[in-house]
Amino acid sequence: MFNRIRALIIKELLALLRDKKSRMVLIVPPLVQLFIFSFAATQEVKNQTLAILNQDHGGPAWTLEQDFTAAATFSKVIRLQRPEEIPAVINEQQAIAVLWIPPDFSRDLARGQAPQVSFILDGRKTNAAQIVQGYGVRIINSYRDKLAAGTGQQSGVTLVARNWFNPNLDFRWFTVPSLVCILTTVIGLIVTGLSVAREREMGTFEQLLVSPLHPLEILVGKALPALLVAMAEGGLIVLIGVFLLQVPFNGSLPLLFASMGVFLLAIIGVGLFVSSLAMTQQQAVLGSFLFLVPATILSGFASPIENMPHWLQTISYANPLRYFMTIARGIFLKDIPAAVVWGQTWPMAIIACVTLSMATWLFKKRME
Amino acid sequence: MADDSLVIKGLSYSYGAHLVPALAELSATIRPGIVTGLVGPDGAGKTTLMRLMTALLLPTSGRLTVFGLDTGTSADQLHEIIGYMPQKFGLYEDLSVIQNLRLYADLRNVPESGRQQLFARLLAFTGLESFQKRLAGRLSGGMKQKLGLACALIRKPRLLLLDEPSVGVDPVSRRELWRMVQELVDKETAVIWSTAYLDEAELCQEVLLLDGGRLLFAGPPGQLTERVADRCFLVQGISGNRRQVLARALQLQEVQDGIVQGQNVRIVLRAGQNQPTLSLLNAGADAYLTPVPPRFEDAYVDALGGGPGGNSALAAAMAPLPNDQAITVEAKGLTKRFGDFIAAQDVSFAIRRGEIFGLLGPNGAGKSTTFKMMCGLLWPTSGTGRVVGLDLQQAPGQARSHLGYMAQKFSLYGDLSVRQNLDFFSGIYGLAGARQKETVTRMIDIFGLHPHLSDSAKDLPLGFKQRLALACSVMHEPAVLFLDEPTSGVDPLTRREFWTHINGLVEHGVTVLVTTHFMDEAEYCDRIGLVYRGRMIATGPPDELKSQAQSPQIPYPTLEEAFIALLQQWDASHEELPS
Repeated sequence: MFNRIRALIIKELLALLRDKKSRMVLIVPPLVQLFIFSFAATQEVKNQTLAILNQDHGGPAWTLEQDFTAAATFSKVIRLQRPEEIPAVINEQQAIAVLWIPPDFSRDLARGQAPQVSFILDGRKTNAAQIVQGYGVRIINSYRDKLAAGTGQQSGVTLVARNWFNPNLDFRWFTVPSLVCILTTVIGLIVTGLSVAREREMGTFEQLLVSPLHPLEILVGKALPALLVAMAEGGLIVLIGVFLLQVPFNGSLPLLFASMGVFLLAIIGVGLFVSSLAMTQQQAVLGSFLFLVPATILSGFASPIENMPHWLQTISYANPLRYFMTIARGIFLKDIPAAVVWGQTWPMAIIACVTLSMATWLFKKRME
Repeated sequence: MADDSLVIKGLSYSYGAHLVPALAELSATIRPGIVTGLVGPDGAGKTTLMRLMTALLLPTSGRLTVFGLDTGTSADQLHEIIGYMPQKFGLYEDLSVIQNLRLYADLRNVPESGRQQLFARLLAFTGLESFQKRLAGRLSGGMKQKLGLACALIRKPRLLLLDEPSVGVDPVSRRELWRMVQELVDKETAVIWSTAYLDEAELCQEVLLLDGGRLLFAGPPGQLTERVADRCFLVQGISGNRRQVLARALQLQEVQDGIVQGQNVRIVLRAGQNQPTLSLLNAGADAYLTPVPPRFEDAYVDALGGGPGGNSALAAAMAPLPNDQAITVEAKGLTKRFGDFIAAQDVSFAIRRGEIFGLLGPNGAGKSTTFKMMCGLLWPTSGTGRVVGLDLQQAPGQARSHLGYMAQKFSLYGDLSVRQNLDFFSGIYGLAGARQKETVTRMIDIFGLHPHLSDSAKDLPLGFKQRLALACSVMHEPAVLFLDEPTSGVDPLTRREFWTHINGLVEHGVTVLVTTHFMDEAEYCDRIGLVYRGRMIATGPPDELKSQAQSPQIPYPTLEEAFIALLQQWDASHEELPS
């Protein structure tokens, strides 16, 4: 039995790696995605344009305007003359926000009244607008503190924010660990999903089925090579992330790979399930994406799971990606202990048991 | 002058600068008013030539003009007058018959007004009237080809190109297709029919014979056949083993080529040789030679320098199995239902050790279903299949380890090299260590695979693919070989080599179950089971089936005629019965 499975594994690896084209397909697209995600898919807000309508010509208003224009977020500033110009600037997306200092700003300030400043944001860019608003509040707060220091008054409570594990909120530190999860998922799914379908298309699958191989042996022979290839890719992405993209790696490498193995078994179960259903490679690719896209969205990669409605949060417990995402980020950025890793690994082990047995069941059923 | 025909001048085509050209220096003229056969094995360049004629490809060098239109400059005008029926993919399988016709009418700008009449005529012509609403994907192979033909005829073409219309089509449908095409020909229209079946070539008025991208022969088939006139004989009245007689005959210096035909052996002598001494064949006291008319295939093999010798190194290297006449393959009441549809009903047969049993039948008759149940690829609804006494359902793994399997489209791993394929297949059949190494080396020697060891299987020439596929299926020395249309699309030389090995193995006690559409292949069988409408309607040696089908109209039916007659007899005797 061992010999037969060994022959299957060698065959599978050769089929994947011997052909230059399929070798390229395995290596190039994941790397391209890695680089695109880590450079382009950033959620930081930089290089924005700010429009300023300063109707007050006093010194304090001028200082406030200076504080805004000096902020790194705003690389370009448009100066407006009249309030009527504001709608056009926002509508035509010339600026993400308008700072409007009313004519009586300095006067109110001098009288000791709290003056008001308007900050008009482009709500269509929900995310960016929120972040810019945050910057705006911070600038105003520090402006107020400066004023208070000038008059010798204390402004009361101040908030000092410090970002642990990612002090400069470098977005890449967040992306790369997530990509280790997502890209290994893609490889694991595609390699298993396509391999059975390809054999069906070529006619070699029947050849396997009439051999003395037991259906379970065929499944193991499909699962193990996919596991090996996906782990190797995962390792490659970790290497590139740490050495090329300078993402810190604080945790334990063995723990990462051990949990990755369990995670991939769950994914491969899904891949085998899809491939038992698919008659052609096209169907296999479509079927894989049917799993991949919801799994990615429910993993907490793009938006935090805690923000989702409860019923979706419940569903996400069945998503292996959710657990591995937590593990990968934890090991990369904060050296989580083995106990915590285990806490996230055993649910994946259960999911793996379920997906693998479903795949086996369907595989046998489809043979009849 | 050339405006009324299709002229090919010095045509070459290559799919890549570093590749062997698919067509080399081809020159020929194809006349309207006749059916021209484009004949040759897979990979000879038939499809490439057709695609060049349709201007889907442009020649690497040389010229091709169709009724005066150059494919390089007048492609659009050309498409107006061409009807093209590609091998596959010509039909939209998810559309119904009538929707396919409508689509092609739209694509070809057929005016709305005459359509109803046109469709009615085409449907009547192809006999598809009652299947208008059926999805094209659900049609049988023969009906698909007829629909394909109807679609190609939507606008009456001046040049009709049919790319292997008879592949995978049973003899009944093949005849109907052929008759339809004959009806289409008039002095305006040129029809080109490409085929790997040489018996079809014989029916064409003119033939272009291609091999490896080169034109071997152009002209009426009779002209080529003439070269072997008076050299073809049938050894009849054989009392010994006809496979051994063939093997001995092929060793004789006088004999150029030979095949088994039912109980007889057909031989072709070398040019200028006298009849061989019959006693050397050890064919029994009553054996005698009868001169027979030459066939196109005889001439083709002769033109290529004759077939392979009669000895199989593969069989020689194999330990003979006991000569005990035991039943090794047995089907008992095999029935398979798919919902309401009964694909196979109560099929039973038994094959003895050292026997070749052929499953024949029209497309969709239940032949493949039966075959798949015997391989363990399909689970029977009821009944049992046994291989060397092991039940395929109860001990599938064990039963399969005694079974060698080879499918029509040699199921090799194309991305793996020759050696890796051998290693893999020996591995999954449980060979390991020194025994595995030794077996693989032996296969490489027997099949002459040395020069190709590190080539990818997909890049092998067809003949080598066939050898490798056979090697992979017999490495574990199976007692039973299952062959599913093993030589379809293969050239006659490769087919002879293949059957030499099979005959040799059978002589050593291997049991063979084979399905085929090829009557030539069926002639090699000891017994044939004819499957029709899900039932086994006749079993017996080929010659017995032929005599069953004898009638005043056909006193000496060929196997194909017998096949058709038996189906008709069955239909006639079952029509009266309430279904």
